[in-house]
Amino acid sequence: MSIRHSLLALLQDQPRYGYQLRVEFEDRTGSTWPLNIGQVYTTLDRLERDGLVSNDGGDGEGHVVYSITDAGRAEVQGWFATPVERSNPPRNELAIKLALAVTLPGVDVAAIIQAQRAASMRALQDYTKSRRDTAANQRAADTAWLLVLDSLIFQTEAEIRWLDLCEARMVQLAQASGTRSQARKPSNGVTAEEAAPRTAENRR
Amino acid sequence: MSVQGPQQVLELAKVSRTFGQGATAVAALRDVDLTINAGEFVAVMGPSGSGKSSLLALAGGLDRPTSGGVFVESTPLAGLGLNALARLRRRAVGYVFQDFNLVPTLSAVENVALPLELDGVPARKAHRQALDALRQVGIPGLADRFMDEMSGGQQQRVAIARAIVGSRRLILADEPTGALDSTTGHGVMEVLRSRADDGAAVMLVTHEARHAAWADRVVFIRDGRIVDEATAMHDPAVLLAPAG
Repeated sequence: MSIRHSLLALLQDQPRYGYQLRVEFEDRTGSTWPLNIGQVYTTLDRLERDGLVSNDGGDGEGHVVYSITDAGRAEVQGWFATPVERSNPPRNELAIKLALAVTLPGVDVAAIIQAQRAASMRALQDYTKSRRDTAANQRAADTAWLLVLDSLIFQTEAEIRWLDLCEARMVQLAQASGTRSQARKPSNGVTAEEAAPRTAENRR
Repeated sequence: MSVQGPQQVLELAKVSRTFGQGATAVAALRDVDLTINAGEFVAVMGPSGSGKSSLLALAGGLDRPTSGGVFVESTPLAGLGLNALARLRRRAVGYVFQDFNLVPTLSAVENVALPLELDGVPARKAHRQALDALRQVGIPGLADRFMDEMSGGQQQRVAIARAIVGSRRLILADEPTGALDSTTGHGVMEVLRSRADDGAAVMLVTHEARHAAWADRVVFIRDGRIVDEATAMHDPAVLLAPAG
């Protein structure tokens, strides 16, 4: 997430001080990615160093107000105009976990998939309820929050569909090798039959 | 044998369903326990062949279990004769199917009123209740349209109105959004959700996570067994509301 560009974009709207920037950012993104106030100040320092914002001095109540420079405006325009970089996929812990699980002996992949699916479904239920509640009492400021919620809903749904696919692949693999191997008992005590019951059924 | 509180609308107790006999027998459901209370929306998720549609058929009395008991509003379905079962289905249970099963020669309001009239409700009263159901699904203006004058989404709304008309307390839906685009599918979920919020027990069978997420509880079924369950957390620390 580019905190740098997010803060610049908010300053393009109007001059603001650090705490205001944090509140505005979280309001517009539904507090989905909470900002540490220390991060905000560090980022503002760097933006000032790079000539993208200027320090307007205090507002008389102890806040240091920043405004955007012409170079800063150009930077924001460039950010909006450039598609988000996809050449380096964001690190996906779940994909890494499953990739390792399927290659290691004694790991119950089916159990990992189901535990994740239930957890992802709970998150999806919460996002869906939150979306419903927000849409029912919609304020103007909620448009941004609804977009963020939609994004979370699509991502979580994609994750669950991917887990379904992983499971189907595992069942296919187990069926293919089912005639060769005996039902083994992984270290966690779940039998292969419980983990992939269809395999056992097909053997009968 | 079953102890039921007043809130339980559907109870499946140790339900098994086997098709065929002997060596070729296939167990579609094995020892399934599932209770749905009034006001509760439960989604059943599983891959095709996992037994989820069998579960729905048993819940609505369209099929009988090989063993175990099915109770609708405390009535054991096993004890009912064919006529009594048909009457209970018409009065207490509403179905929504993927293909709408509407009568093409009847208007929308006549389709919705049909089960009431079959049940002996006077025509005027049935008509009034049918209009009310069409209002609940958001299409009161289409009451006099015939099926070939309506879109797929509108027809599905008529089918849902027929499922909820009168005072049905158990709504069973089998992939009701299958043929619909995503916006219309969303509308179907809204109707099912609001029926549950108004006190009906709703059971939705689906393979779509996006739709299952409207439920209070999601039950995962694999090879005829319930293997897991997800209940929404509504945990404010996990999902914060926007400030202000």
